[in-house]
Amino acid sequence: MTPPDTVKESRPVQADAPVEQALPQGLEETLPRATADRIRPLLDNPVLRWLVRNPIWVFVLIVFVFFSLVSDHFFAARNFQNILVQTSTIGLIALGMTLVMVNGNIDLSVGATLALAAAFAVDVQSWAVFATWGNWQILPAVCLALLVGIGLGALNGFIVWKTGVDAFIVTLGAMLGIRGLVFVYTGEQSFYAMNFAYSDFSALSIGPLPALALIFLLCTLAVHLLLSRTVHGRNTYAVGGNREAAVNAGIRVGPHMMINFMIIGFFAALSGVLLSTQMGAATPNLGRDYELWVITAVVLGGTKLTGGKGDIIGTLGGVLAIGMLRNGMNLMNVPAFYVYVVLGSILIAVLFLDKRFNRTADGGLRL
Amino acid sequence: MLDRLKAGGPAIARQGILVAFIVFMIAFTIMSDRFMTADNLMSVFRQSAIIGVMALGVTIVVIGGNLDLSVGSMLSFATVLVVDLHDKIGPELAIPVMFLATLCLGAVNGFLVGILRLNSLIVTLGMLSVIQGLVLIYSGGQNVDIVDQQGTWFALFGRGAIFGIATPIVMFGLMALVFHVIMTTMPFGRRVYAVGGNPTASVFSGIPRSRVVFTTYLISALCVGVAAVMLGSRVMGSQNNVGQGYELQVLAAVILGGTSLLGGAGSVLRTVLGVLMLAFIQNGLILMGQPYYTQWLVTWAVIIVAVWLDVAAKRGRLLSPIA
Repeated sequence: MTPPDTVKESRPVQADAPVEQALPQGLEETLPRATADRIRPLLDNPVLRWLVRNPIWVFVLIVFVFFSLVSDHFFAARNFQNILVQTSTIGLIALGMTLVMVNGNIDLSVGATLALAAAFAVDVQSWAVFATWGNWQILPAVCLALLVGIGLGALNGFIVWKTGVDAFIVTLGAMLGIRGLVFVYTGEQSFYAMNFAYSDFSALSIGPLPALALIFLLCTLAVHLLLSRTVHGRNTYAVGGNREAAVNAGIRVGPHMMINFMIIGFFAALSGVLLSTQMGAATPNLGRDYELWVITAVVLGGTKLTGGKGDIIGTLGGVLAIGMLRNGMNLMNVPAFYVYVVLGSILIAVLFLDKRFNRTADGGLRL
Repeated sequence: MLDRLKAGGPAIARQGILVAFIVFMIAFTIMSDRFMTADNLMSVFRQSAIIGVMALGVTIVVIGGNLDLSVGSMLSFATVLVVDLHDKIGPELAIPVMFLATLCLGAVNGFLVGILRLNSLIVTLGMLSVIQGLVLIYSGGQNVDIVDQQGTWFALFGRGAIFGIATPIVMFGLMALVFHVIMTTMPFGRRVYAVGGNPTASVFSGIPRSRVVFTTYLISALCVGVAAVMLGSRVMGSQNNVGQGYELQVLAAVILGGTSLLGGAGSVLRTVLGVLMLAFIQNGLILMGQPYYTQWLVTWAVIIVAVWLDVAAKRGRLLSPIA
């Protein structure tokens, strides 16, 4: 690992790369010429071209077909609803993590933020002030929980901005500290939602879609548009690709990074609220190790730790891949232990394949 | 403030951890009359030995420019293995078998990061998950324990004492000393610093970069093995997720010791200081009657301020120049 300023070269902004009919660079070099020539015409098909650019979706398809064939219960509308609800928790945080990681930062404190937000959401609604509000008492509780998430994200972002300490260290500290705050706030107790409307929310369905899944999909769409269609999204790639150049181009890098930390804080909090509606409770140990799952999903989706590369479509693929693997292996009665081994191995295999087929990516961690 | 930081400041700011350590020690001594007693100090040393030994290994990995997040689940693995095998094949065989297995895991890390040059954060994150799975498969989700806790010489490592000093302290101290000598006076140490400081330049200087990185992961695994022997012997049993979360605590201690995550800078002895600092913060706050989780809040502030001062001293200004 060399200091950042010596290794960073500018990377093209991803937003609207021209349509090219060539194989990915690494593939072109690795495959025998004859094979490459034979494969190339396939890229005229837009679907195949899209799949080559988003290899994680190939994996998602394989997993999907595999479990549909071998498991009796996998291919069912009811199960797809389940998968979406199960993945929404990690998926929401992964949306924010994509922004932060495209920025070239990382956030390890999301699990703790999730727990604190969940504690606030469940506890505040039972405050005596709101006793006469009926079901409306949920509203200030959820708002406060989301604000707490945004605030903690802002704090992380502000520290990264002003001190220049790497986000990995700042959020590692915050991970411990915010978990401390959770214990201070809850006094090591679990909170239970007394208002049943709160826990009923997770059972709500709008048409065929469970409410939680709908929220996740809408947020995915929103962040996708944010990252691919707005000035902020373009700046996100610019800052991650080459911070110096971004500064020279007049982007206010500090506030920009802070906004992305606030976005991930918001999503961690939202995820905490939704998780607590599923359980009707908030425990102080909620969300432990979630940061590791989220990073796994985002990296599977093709986002680079070095920044400047990645998108929401890939992240959605990564999240779904993890969700379907867990769900499918569960349905096949594979002990949960094996899921850890499979997921870890896949993560390393993806890294290996990526290194092999994308030689342009240096893949080094910028700290 | 800024001028002072530029002039005489850096020297002090670079020793910020030491200054903070002394300040904390004095504060705790004043606040609690039980803090500065031989018994208490010894028990803090003993408690910090397990994280400390692991931190020694991780320090060397980090100086070499990489991360090791797999030490936590590797500790679970090694502890479960040594405790389980203790009753099956006896301690004299269980310990070497456990070391062999743990070193194999370290070798896998070393192969993936050192030889294949894959990103260390993601590789060790993946290995964290894989190893946790292996532990659960091996133990079938059951906790393991040693039946005859009184009659086994295995108790020496966690519960015993050598020359009146608790064994974990002796082992931690010895390993810190040995690693310090290796890193400061021997060729291997200089190579690790060179590889971490500038990998490309180190290759041009004829340093076998891959082999050096590989070896740092073996050392890290070795340290985990030692920690597992101490932990298993202390508890005489093991849960199968006993090391969960250790990786980040260990990393916090290493960072607190002033080792740069960029690689190429840091020191084993300062990691000891980081480990002791965290342990004393925990101990001091508890003696002051605070609940155990306040230590995390204090750790949060201490880590950020310590690294901030370090970074600020290097660039000669307190605030980051980022607009």
